[in-house]
Amino acid sequence: MFAIYVGLFIVLLSGGLVIGGLRERKHLRELDEREREYADLPVLNLKTIPNAHEVSKPQMVMGQVVIATDYFKSLATMLRSLVGGEMRAANTLMLRARREATLRMQAHARRRGCNEVHNVRYGASTISQKKGKRGAMQVEMFAWGTAVKRGA
Amino acid sequence: MLVVNTETIPGHEITKVLGLVQGNTIRAKHVGRDIAAELKNLIGGELTGYTELLTEARRQAVERMMAQAEQLGADAIVNVRFTTSAVAAGAAELYAYGTAVTIAPGSQAL
Repeated sequence: MFAIYVGLFIVLLSGGLVIGGLRERKHLRELDEREREYADLPVLNLKTIPNAHEVSKPQMVMGQVVIATDYFKSLATMLRSLVGGEMRAANTLMLRARREATLRMQAHARRRGCNEVHNVRYGASTISQKKGKRGAMQVEMFAWGTAVKRGA
Repeated sequence: MLVVNTETIPGHEITKVLGLVQGNTIRAKHVGRDIAAELKNLIGGELTGYTELLTEARRQAVERMMAQAEQLGADAIVNVRFTTSAVAAGAAELYAYGTAVTIAPGSQAL
């Protein structure tokens, strides 16, 4: 019985390490690619829009994502919380979520015919957090801002 | 109705401030989505079910806020913010709030 548990644990751990690592690298590659695509749609967090007389179509745009990390990294962060220090795996997850949410917001702006996003804010919610369950590391990122169209 | 999260609206002048408007919704997730999420917790990746749920909920909060603004006779909402709070385990409140105003076309003084 004990051997089955140990075996399952090793399968989950190595599966998480290999599949999770691959999926993360794939996501990061996709993010790089899509960020290049949206390089001409600047995102700023200024409260007031510079040269506001040149812009039209002001409207709010949003982007959000719920993203989880793999079993291996969840365990690594759990161990990290014993000794303290920087949680690198969590760092990557947060950055991935924020970049994804930003890109979705930019996509929303482009769909609406806008080419700039101003006064960007980030927020997070907690719908998927489970009580008393540690290890499952997931984050819900939300970005919103005011999109405008500059020029004719 | 114009909805923005800046304090001013480009190309418009705020003629009257009508007050704070708000919209909220409390959503619970369901078990089916939890099963898919469990798997994603092993291999990593996006929890699409939760993303959809939150997108839909946030849209509803904004719609309720807009309905309130309409009742006040506003034609725009400025400085919109969002916040969330955990009400119970497995449920979240999504809350949108902003200032309802009336606007007129004109140059915006900055």
